[in-house]
Amino acid sequence: MTIEEIENIRKRKRAELDLRVNSNYPGVERHILICHGTGCTSSKSPKILEEFNRIIKERNIENVRVIMTGCFGLCSKGPIVIIRPDDTFYSMVTPADCEEIIDKHIMKGEVVDRLLCKDVDGTIVHRLDELNFYKKQKRIALHNCGVINPEDIEEYIAFDGYKALAKVLTEMSQDDVINVITDSGLRGRGGAGFPTGKKWSFMKTETDPVKYVVCNADEGDPGAFMDRSILEGDPNNILEAMTICGYAVGACRGFIYVRAEYPIAVKRLEIAIRQAREYGFLGEHILGTDFSFDIEIRLGAGAFVCGEETALLESIEGKRGQPRLKPPFPAHSGLWGKPTVINNVETWANVPRIILNGAEWYNSIGTETSKGTKVFALGGNVNNVGLVEVPMGTTLREIIFDIGGGIPNGRKFKAAQTGGPSGGCIPEQNLDTPIDYESLKEIGSMMGSGGLIVMDDTKCMVNLARFYQDFIVSESCGKCTPCRIGTKRLLEILTKICDGNGTEEDLKNLEELSNMVVTASLCGLGQTAPNPILSTLKFFREEYEEHVRDKSCRAGECKKLTKIMIDEEKCKGCDLCRKACPVEAIEGAPGEKHHIDQSKCIKCRTCVNTCPFKAIS
Amino acid sequence: MSEEKLVNLTIDGIQVSVPESYTVLEAARKANIEIPTLCYLKEINEIGACRMCLVEIEGMRGLPTSCITKVAEGMVVHTHTDKVMKTRRTVLELLLSNHDKDCLTCRRNGSCELQKLCEKFNIHDIRFKGERSRTDTDDLSPSIVRDNGKCILCRRCTATCKNVQNICAIETINRGYESCIGTACDKSLNDVDCILCGQCIESCPTGALHEKDDSEKVWEAIHDPEKYVIVQTAPAVRVAIGEEFGMPIGTNAKGKMVTALKRLGFDKVFDTNTGADFTIVEEATEFVDRLTNGGVLPMITSCCPSWIRFAELNYPDDLGHLSSCKSPHQMFGAILKSYYANKAGIDPNKIVTVSVMPCVAKKYEATREEMENENGLRDVDYVISTRELARMIKQNDIDFANLEDSEFEDPMGEATGAAAIFGATGGVMEAALRTAADLVEGRDIQEINYEAVRGEKGIKETTVTVNGKEIRICVVSGIKNVRKVMDEVHEGKSNYDFIEVMTCPGGCIMGGGQPIKNSKTRATVDVRKLRADAIYDIDEKSTIRKSHQNPQVNKIYEEFFGQYGSSLAHKYLHTHYSPKQKYRF
Repeated sequence: MTIEEIENIRKRKRAELDLRVNSNYPGVERHILICHGTGCTSSKSPKILEEFNRIIKERNIENVRVIMTGCFGLCSKGPIVIIRPDDTFYSMVTPADCEEIIDKHIMKGEVVDRLLCKDVDGTIVHRLDELNFYKKQKRIALHNCGVINPEDIEEYIAFDGYKALAKVLTEMSQDDVINVITDSGLRGRGGAGFPTGKKWSFMKTETDPVKYVVCNADEGDPGAFMDRSILEGDPNNILEAMTICGYAVGACRGFIYVRAEYPIAVKRLEIAIRQAREYGFLGEHILGTDFSFDIEIRLGAGAFVCGEETALLESIEGKRGQPRLKPPFPAHSGLWGKPTVINNVETWANVPRIILNGAEWYNSIGTETSKGTKVFALGGNVNNVGLVEVPMGTTLREIIFDIGGGIPNGRKFKAAQTGGPSGGCIPEQNLDTPIDYESLKEIGSMMGSGGLIVMDDTKCMVNLARFYQDFIVSESCGKCTPCRIGTKRLLEILTKICDGNGTEEDLKNLEELSNMVVTASLCGLGQTAPNPILSTLKFFREEYEEHVRDKSCRAGECKKLTKIMIDEEKCKGCDLCRKACPVEAIEGAPGEKHHIDQSKCIKCRTCVNTCPFKAIS
Repeated sequence: MSEEKLVNLTIDGIQVSVPESYTVLEAARKANIEIPTLCYLKEINEIGACRMCLVEIEGMRGLPTSCITKVAEGMVVHTHTDKVMKTRRTVLELLLSNHDKDCLTCRRNGSCELQKLCEKFNIHDIRFKGERSRTDTDDLSPSIVRDNGKCILCRRCTATCKNVQNICAIETINRGYESCIGTACDKSLNDVDCILCGQCIESCPTGALHEKDDSEKVWEAIHDPEKYVIVQTAPAVRVAIGEEFGMPIGTNAKGKMVTALKRLGFDKVFDTNTGADFTIVEEATEFVDRLTNGGVLPMITSCCPSWIRFAELNYPDDLGHLSSCKSPHQMFGAILKSYYANKAGIDPNKIVTVSVMPCVAKKYEATREEMENENGLRDVDYVISTRELARMIKQNDIDFANLEDSEFEDPMGEATGAAAIFGATGGVMEAALRTAADLVEGRDIQEINYEAVRGEKGIKETTVTVNGKEIRICVVSGIKNVRKVMDEVHEGKSNYDFIEVMTCPGGCIMGGGQPIKNSKTRATVDVRKLRADAIYDIDEKSTIRKSHQNPQVNKIYEEFFGQYGSSLAHKYLHTHYSPKQKYRF
């Protein structure tokens, strides 16, 4: 297709989709948008879509369309349905609610109150943007997620899709493109924060005629799903970005390495690639120019280490996924020994917008050293679990308390974990740290890919370190000694401490070995693997000491260190706890004081939660 | 040689000037500064995995591994700082925390690279203890034992299997702490595409890989008064066994070896070289026959059992190219239990034949079902490697280095220079050419040094003119090279008439049963050349240098086999091959 033909599609389609973004849209059409991200899909959003379509067809309702979209972000309220153009936001919708939505909302223009979302402060929210969750967000990487149908390339085109590619191919030299990306200040969103433009510029000096562009979609941090959501919600954005890069660095082939555990993302990518080829955005003579580029998908088999760029390249080549030695860096010798640019999904997602809006627009957002926005997968003990995109420089407190709505059940904030198994724990006193690459590193954590797990005071920091170490022990590639054996020994020491068998010697060894693994490991995985230990040792050392010296776990998570007791003064003899206990560890006749046989108790805390008088703790 | 640019760097305060392609490790060695290594095996395994060779380099973050870090102008390296030493020590402690640590009963006790480092680092206490990852042993093959409990995952074995032999029978499997060296579907080496060459054993720094020890069985036979135990030793053993007793690499210790074998109590000590002379006259006859009567060409030598196994597993359609000749020690074993038993008046049932080989695949070869005579007697009963023989000699408190020399025994003692060079790549070909040329031309040709087939190159080609006819020759060693040659044979594109194949790079002198050289020796000494020089020296000094001129051999033909290639010769000295399943699950 020619650029002119694409522009015609854009005009036609943009007019058709105006109601998606224009709440004053004068027409009578209604679009029912249903989130089809992994979260909402698993809570039956495809059934909701089916049900809406069934009703509309049966009743022959006109001017209503039902559209699947990517993630809206507020996953804890899913499945989410939004009606445009009035922007009504329905949460936790079930297929059984469809009939009512059609009857009331679509047919009569009345809002279905019972499906409206309640904000953390108790206010009923009608529209998406009224939610505190969205107020401080700025969506660049996620700008199309929840707006367009990711399986329809024309919807992507409607909202300026492939406009950046056309601009690059017709108005910009290779150097222009690299300069814009460099000037924008965009840095790698995969964790390390390497300047993207600089990475691309390395390719200029490479004379090899064969070069590759790779998208790292092997998102592996526990609890992280930023990249998945971008791929599910806006796959063409990634294809466009990679093609732009292909032009800038002189590559003719790209690969997307995506986890096989992301079936929806894979499917949408496949559809997007097929459509992009049909529309001439991939393949020979793109948009009628001399530039040719194509993209293939490679599936990962679920190894965390394949998120490390050189292990990923090995895996694409069909080898065991383990890191290569650097140097040479991929820009010099990457995939099959050829110069290769490799960027993470979220990094790519920023590229087309930067090209369209300019470097200055982008670098006006964020902090001195970290530009633009960052997407976080907010999870753990926080009210609004979901996907958030905020300008760099936003503080953790804003994300957790303003966007995330704070800690549920009236509990106290204890720590936030960023950067996954490579990151660290951030305590209360550092909550006002503005989020950027340098600040997070200074406080012993790292940006990482964007997992942000909030923990309240029921979480034991020693046990948390143990959890991450357990993950690493299974996910190390096994190549170098410190990471393969060192992390296992760290895990064993942590387990010993959690079990109440830790000694002062263990604490010393834990710290020494952690530092050794950091210094001596071959790749980033091992070099950062002890971070959860080191940061909890730094900020929560007293908890380790309590485990070792007093054999106690203040959070009550380390079962071998906790004792569940019934306060006789508070016990009313209601007998509920005795009936609830799964192992018959509670003795006592109705009306009399109850007590727990510690030899039988498995510390499941069922009784604690059952007691109406809060007599058990 | 082109002049490589030199760079200057400082290592531990010492100024060093080395070519820019050097690693920091190589530069340090040049300055006589030792840096400990474990996973490093020059040009084969340079992966920086074990983290023993870490150093501090000013301006570089962390502790780079010296084995893979290239030198740079002005670099300042510190190899033994407090931080470096503590880290190396912790690496050792971690390795030991997942290791058997049963040095007293380990075959590599005294020659283990891990053990030596632990001694050097004065390690007595291991701070870290915990669960072991994997400790099982695979001893199902007749040749190689793989003991996971002693494996430190340095990957020298897998790199050898992959980069040298291109077999990839072993690889790292599983992930994280569960990572270990494994095979396809984690089956025994016996049941996968391993060709039992034993190059992995030669590469292993610890006792995780070793030969299947058959010395106990040999002792039992020696001490059994009913048995008549005859030992034969391969050409390559004599130029390597001295190394096990502190003699320089490349020492021909034939005389001492024969004396030692006699002292161990063998009833007869014969030379496999005599068997090699039989092989040559049979193989040359077969080749001349194929050449003149339109037989399958190229003909390919068949002395190497790993090569035979490789061909049966990988080129089942091309087995017709293989010479039907048994290998020298199998031929010799067959002769011992037939002609010789009769001649010496010994009941063949009481004869135990033992072969000392530079090879562990020979153990497998001896167990092949084809290697049995009509009375159900094995041609060769036991095969022991050079290493096992050395251990037997040590066990019997024999002061090897100070032994007097003695000769192989009659009537089978006399062998030719042609047989001696079997031990080096190209040797079989050269020996065969000496005989074939004479047979075809019917005269005693004087130019018998075929230099073109000698030397270290993996694939050597030449053309020899015999009786006006050009014979196209190829000599190949190292299975990685064999594949290239065999793919052409398979596709019918091979232009050669005669191909010699040896599995181990350099031939039998570098076999999987030879004394193990540590990583540093392999990096700094050309072991292959020193051993090969010793072999060719034996040839040069031999009075008879052509197999068909060996009077013993010809006497046995006169008395027993008749003509070269006769039907009786075929019965005892030839064999056949059959396609085999790559994976036998």
